[in-house]
Amino acid sequence: MSSIEIRLRSQLGDFSLDVSFETPARGVTALFGRSGSGKTSVLRAVAGLVKTPQGLVRVNDEVWQDENRFRPAHRRPLGYVFQEASLFPHLSVRRNLEYGWRRVPEQERQIPFHDVVELLGIGTLLQRTTQSLSGGERQRIAIARALLTSPRLLLMDEPLSALDHGAKQTILPYLESLHDEFTIPSLYVSHDPNEVARLADRMVVLEQGKVIAEGDAATILTRLDLPLAGYDDAASLLEGTVSSHDHTYHLTWISTHGGRIAIAREDLPVGRRARVQIQARDVSLSLRAHSDTSIINILPAKVIDTHDISQTQMLVRLEMDDGQTLLSRITRRSALGMGIREGMHLYAQVKSVALLS
Amino acid sequence: MIFDWQPVWLTLKLAGVSTLILLVIGTPIAWWLARSTTWYKQIISAVVALPLVLPPTVLGFYLLIMLGPEGPVGRLTQSLGLGTLPFTFGGLVVASVIYSMPFVVQPLQNAFQSLGQRPVEVASTLRASPWDRFMTVVIPLARPGFLTAAVLSFAHTIGEFGVVLMIGGNIPGVTKVLSVAIYDHVETLEYGQAHLLAAGLLAFSFAVLLTLYLLNGRLNRNHQP
Amino acid sequence: MLFSSQVTAAEVVIAVAANFTNTTRQIAPLFEKASGHTTRISYGSTGKLYSQIEHGAPFEVFLAADTQRPIKAEAEGLAVPGSRFIYARGKLALWSKTTGLFDSGEDYLKSGNFKHLATGNAKTAPYGLAARQVMTHLGLFSRLEPKLVRGESIAQTFQFVATGNAKAGFVAYSQIKSWRGESGSTWEIPLHYYTPIDQAAVLLKKGESNPAAHAFLAFLKSEAARKKIRELGYGVE
Repeated sequence: MSSIEIRLRSQLGDFSLDVSFETPARGVTALFGRSGSGKTSVLRAVAGLVKTPQGLVRVNDEVWQDENRFRPAHRRPLGYVFQEASLFPHLSVRRNLEYGWRRVPEQERQIPFHDVVELLGIGTLLQRTTQSLSGGERQRIAIARALLTSPRLLLMDEPLSALDHGAKQTILPYLESLHDEFTIPSLYVSHDPNEVARLADRMVVLEQGKVIAEGDAATILTRLDLPLAGYDDAASLLEGTVSSHDHTYHLTWISTHGGRIAIAREDLPVGRRARVQIQARDVSLSLRAHSDTSIINILPAKVIDTHDISQTQMLVRLEMDDGQTLLSRITRRSALGMGIREGMHLYAQVKSVALLS
Repeated sequence: MIFDWQPVWLTLKLAGVSTLILLVIGTPIAWWLARSTTWYKQIISAVVALPLVLPPTVLGFYLLIMLGPEGPVGRLTQSLGLGTLPFTFGGLVVASVIYSMPFVVQPLQNAFQSLGQRPVEVASTLRASPWDRFMTVVIPLARPGFLTAAVLSFAHTIGEFGVVLMIGGNIPGVTKVLSVAIYDHVETLEYGQAHLLAAGLLAFSFAVLLTLYLLNGRLNRNHQP
Repeated sequence: MLFSSQVTAAEVVIAVAANFTNTTRQIAPLFEKASGHTTRISYGSTGKLYSQIEHGAPFEVFLAADTQRPIKAEAEGLAVPGSRFIYARGKLALWSKTTGLFDSGEDYLKSGNFKHLATGNAKTAPYGLAARQVMTHLGLFSRLEPKLVRGESIAQTFQFVATGNAKAGFVAYSQIKSWRGESGSTWEIPLHYYTPIDQAAVLLKKGESNPAAHAFLAFLKSEAARKKIRELGYGVE
């Protein structure tokens, strides 16, 4: 029963929500969809902030609500990070952090105050007033405040969307380290594929109040039948391990069972798990393994299917030898010239790789 | 000239007690009005605002009827062995509470509305029970609203005259409040006494209002995000 | 009438003490019919009306509830000297809404068998002063004083009794006459128990050249008006 099960059905005016999914009680599950798809409604229902007439919310072996029971929000051991930090303006930063922490019985506090403060790098902010914080700092406090209640489920509602690009980039590493430091499962609402690619293990895709796909983030992100793949920045995720460092050319090699990938030198221990993101537009295809090219990362792959995204361009979904998926965006003209078809073996030339974590 | 302090103390007591009761009664009403979406909410709003419309002597007259031995409230208080309320300090308190109700409910309702749903939701995801979050989040955040409500209710009760005159019967030490005393002095051409009381009333009220507004201003500044 | 009276008819603006409201409403039509003039009447407490007159209110005739204010108006040059006269004498009564509560009001007062006794404020209401004189005359004032509830005006005093909040009270006899509810118990208090509550009328300076103002005061002295005033519970000289 180490899973989170959510079944919700409600009608709010014109909007009907009918969502049902189960996800492992570990890692980050992204609730993904455009605005108005019902992501936030799901999150609020899970938190008990709204009462859905028909619903089941189960976290591991604890049922938070079913037909007969409804635990109000304050009796659900969860942490909630809202889109805007929503710090209490009448309390200092420290008091904000302590608000939830004090309300959890001592023996149930699993996360030490100090650890959270350190992890989120907010030690110097404790004595400040909330008014004096930057947007990024405020959101870090909000995340810390939620964590300090030792939640059994962390709910995050687009916690980065109200921040500018710079602040987003500074917070993402904190969110990633959350993932590594604490074993709290989380539901993460987002409409940004990049964010999801960096943070999510699993994805539930919502459209008009219904689940249209769910599964591993790497799979979902590259499925051509989903609207995601049509996004300009369609990308694929590859998992691997750090295998070696090339001191001469300043590279770090990450190996997957489907091939080796080089990235710019990163100070990571050999053997560490690594996740990289590859934009579909950065992957070109070739029928042969060229050695007369400037591109280092050349991976053998097999065509699974194709999908036209405009009159000019198409996406090709490829499978590597180890089963991981790679997306490539090429022109329809090239595809025709190469005679691309399902089952065809070829080489993917990867121009640029981003290390996510 | 012997200065008669009795009306002064009586007035302060009346204003203090009424304000306290009004805050206790008005807060849940205002909270409900700020949150509720039922159709009859507007009816309740209108009822609460009615004392603003009625001239004080008219309101006093109806209170006299309602609270009197033949009125519905009077029958109730009599059957409870409490006697009737007119001509008692308790009666003045009841009248002031009704009369000043809109001055408490409306600022509180505004404060609660402008607070929005979010802080309360945040508190509930941080394990705070409804009562807990009301005390630790709603009240501190709505403090300017509470101050305004308290100031208005206190000031309004101090200055209240028509209703008090009607329901009080001008009994020294029991229902003869400052405004009535001043009126008496003016009517009987004892301008010296009247001026003294009126000047004292004005100075005191000004001091109270100024203090509270200054406090309020500082609070507002602190709350600016 | 509109046509026939257009040449000579004028309007008179009158300030009337609140206790005389009902009586004036009945007298004014009689006057209008008899004279062809028209009236515009403001009602209020004698004190308030007086201060309005002091500050230039456009009143031409003043029917006060006392004699003091008209005398003062004369003295301060607001009224036409020699125009002042007593148009009515207020009569004080002890009244209860409960029929059969007392036969002898005097005995009832002596019994002290009540929680509140309503009266006008002796400082501000002439009827309040008269009531105090009655209680003093009967030697009951110190015993009754703790039970007194004071209306600021005699109208308010009447409301205390009419709503049953005070079992009985000193009110104007004219109020009982206009009361449409239960007749209750009434004790008309002997006139020698208190100083007469004389109500004086005066012609104000603003009405000096208005024939309608003169006509109204003359009408007030006529037998037709005096009959009405008596009927409604006042004494006339």
